[in-house]
Amino acid sequence: MTSVLYDNPGPAARRRVRFWTAVSVLALAAVVAFVIWQVARKGQLSAAMWSPFADPGLWRQLFDSLFATIKAALLSIVLALVLGAVLATGRLSDRAWLRWPAFVVIEFFRAVPLLLLILFGLFTWGPPLSFIGTAIGATPPDAFAALVVGLTLYNGSVLAEVFRAGINAVPRGQSEAAYALGMRKTAVMRMILAPQAIRMMLPAIVAQCVVALKDSALGFIVGYQELLSFGKRIYQGGADIWELPQPPVVTTLIVVVAIYIVINLLLSWLAAWLERRMSRSRKLAAAPLTAMQTGEEPVAAGPLGGGEPPK
Amino acid sequence: MKLKRLLAVAVIGSLALGTVAACGGSKLDDKTKKDKAASGSYTIVKDPKFAAGSTMDKIHKAKHIKIGVKFDQPGIGYKNPTSGKVEGYDIEIGKMIAGQLGLDYNDNKQVEFVETVSKNRETFLENGTVDLVIASYSITDERKQLVGFAGPYYETGQDMLIRKADKDKIKTPDDLAGKKVCSVTGSTPLANIEKNYPKAKPVALAQYSDCVTQLQNSTVDVLTTDGAILLGYAAQDPDHLMVVGKPFSTEKYGIGMNKDRTDLRKWIDDRLDASFSDGSWKKAYDLTLGKSGSEAPNPPTLDRY
Amino acid sequence: MVLAETAGAATGGLEFLWQQRGPFFSGLLGTVELSVVAGILATIIGLIVAAMRVSPIPALRVAGTAWSGFFRNTPLTLVFLATSVVLPLVGIRFAWADAIGVDTFFIFAVIALSTYTSCFVADAIRSGFNAVPVGQAEAARAVGMTFGQTLRLVVLPQALRSVLPPLASMYIAMIKNSAIAEFFNVGELTRFFDDQVRDHPEHLYAEFIAVAVGYIVLTLLVSGAFNLAERRLAVSR
Repeated sequence: MTSVLYDNPGPAARRRVRFWTAVSVLALAAVVAFVIWQVARKGQLSAAMWSPFADPGLWRQLFDSLFATIKAALLSIVLALVLGAVLATGRLSDRAWLRWPAFVVIEFFRAVPLLLLILFGLFTWGPPLSFIGTAIGATPPDAFAALVVGLTLYNGSVLAEVFRAGINAVPRGQSEAAYALGMRKTAVMRMILAPQAIRMMLPAIVAQCVVALKDSALGFIVGYQELLSFGKRIYQGGADIWELPQPPVVTTLIVVVAIYIVINLLLSWLAAWLERRMSRSRKLAAAPLTAMQTGEEPVAAGPLGGGEPPK
Repeated sequence: MKLKRLLAVAVIGSLALGTVAACGGSKLDDKTKKDKAASGSYTIVKDPKFAAGSTMDKIHKAKHIKIGVKFDQPGIGYKNPTSGKVEGYDIEIGKMIAGQLGLDYNDNKQVEFVETVSKNRETFLENGTVDLVIASYSITDERKQLVGFAGPYYETGQDMLIRKADKDKIKTPDDLAGKKVCSVTGSTPLANIEKNYPKAKPVALAQYSDCVTQLQNSTVDVLTTDGAILLGYAAQDPDHLMVVGKPFSTEKYGIGMNKDRTDLRKWIDDRLDASFSDGSWKKAYDLTLGKSGSEAPNPPTLDRY
Repeated sequence: MVLAETAGAATGGLEFLWQQRGPFFSGLLGTVELSVVAGILATIIGLIVAAMRVSPIPALRVAGTAWSGFFRNTPLTLVFLATSVVLPLVGIRFAWADAIGVDTFFIFAVIALSTYTSCFVADAIRSGFNAVPVGQAEAARAVGMTFGQTLRLVVLPQALRSVLPPLASMYIAMIKNSAIAEFFNVGELTRFFDDQVRDHPEHLYAEFIAVAVGYIVLTLLVSGAFNLAERRLAVSR
């Protein structure tokens, strides 16, 4: 394969690559082995340390807590889609009194740490909105409300920019042709731009689900009983309950990390699959936005990172 | 793409391996572990006599009581991560009172334990979500305006949890100079330490359980908050941790209920008084917080009003 | 009437914030310290990981991809928790840092934040390299430039231009992410908010706005600096 940095290797280069492959495999294996040995030396990887995970009672509650994580992430991403659509509509409006507030709201919630929003929510919108948590069966309900609203405000603002980028990515000819046919702006948006943009944005939206799922782990800080909180309960009281020589910290963390990674990889695959499907589809006038271009951390950032201020 | 798949396979593989290893590791002692869950038995009064129309009578006839407890406080109110049952000192007190009402506390249709957190206790009592709150609930004059308090059933105060090895080094808060003292970010105990013992090095983490893990790891030297909470953590690891046992503030845990249910409040006060003398109060302590190795304290003086 | 009350509350809030300017600026400084140290470390690790991911050696590419895949899919909160719990467990407590007055937990926070951020740095750099048309380097090699010359004179200047914008977003994201360090004993801006809310709940809104403005100023500074750099590097194409 040719890359920017080097040509296809010739025989001498291939020999060099083989040599350095051997060296790096050894070096990497040594690093991994050292880390495992360090942890195992403390007895953290012994069979006993895995024994809590042979307990079906634990898995029942582990799945409950995973469900709590998914509940928070899913609800907030659905709400964020609505909020994002509203904000993007405002941002793309012809009226300055709609455009400017939308711009300020979007940029504010993208510039402020999500954790700060959630903590603030605990004192403001959390208690009055706790009925949502009660209705959904999330404990404690006010922490759930603070978390979900925080996630919604943040992800909604990010998605608003995704939507705007999507609408702007539809080739100009499409809307010009529609206007030429005598359609009004709302009709152009609804019938021409939005259908094409939404298909392009699907991968980016799914990628944003990964972000929401990861960020829902902030819930543990405000006491929401989700996956990470439950993981902590396993290792914190585990030694006493399963009569282990020490708290099963490392094994628990491995299991919790593995759960997050598996779910997120599934979502990433979904995004990649959508991306491929979309780019195959002939009906699209423009290439889909990739996860890299929009959803993930890089773009989900600060004021001037995204769009220019409206005129 | 291929690499991603490889990664996922590796992750799933290690998960599976973990489970297999786990199956190999665990023996047949599952039963003993689950039975070990602290659980005392208390008198269930067969046919208690209550004045017709009283709150106790209504609860007894409905054969149902909802008690708000904590789910995340080991030794006090803790949902066991394997059995899913709640256990702890507050639970024992709840069972004791339910038994006196003629309810079978082993039947969760009759006695239902619901999770309450610090912020929603008053709301839960006002709107009737729960009948009682037994959740390390300190009696204060402010709260007395909103809810009725029976008790106190336990008296505690800000105390210190330390490693047993440091038993001779840390005896009073004055020994905290240069020591790393852990508590929850933005909490009152931490503010107390910062204000009154400026030579201590405060460490602020997300939750008390994080402090316990760091204490076991020797990254911090002391965890400070209510003694009862500390006893609960010490009971989980009595070989390594201990509570100093010289509280430097006073907290009185009470049983919260709707303010209008004066009859219930006075009746519970009488039942608590009886439990202080007939040994069931001490039994509740010994089964839970007592596992920390600390002796049961003297019963507190009831605050009847 | 309502307006007058609002104005009264606003001046009261401002007065209160002026009194608390000491803790506020020390919190701001904490955020800056953590962000700068973690940012430098994240850039170094990110460069190494990016180099691994574009290297001709398959084993290094796999390792780089695994590193990125791991941190991209793990919550930062979990990375913080794992770092602060597992490192002391295996005996890494940075006792030497205590001696020179650096808190152990600050180092844990730096490690957690920088390893997590490094995978996004690596991705930004890698995509920057991939954005350089292959023909550019091929042409450079065709006129006889060495690997070093190709990299220095042809590839890097072009890659840098397309790396800067995502890199700026990343540092901004990192500054915001540093808020989590509050719960791992780092005295920073969000900690100021939490402490003030505990002691003076009546000024909740003033405290929130002050801290939010603090973060907005920091992010504006970063994006301003990067905009300046971009303009310096810009060429008409």
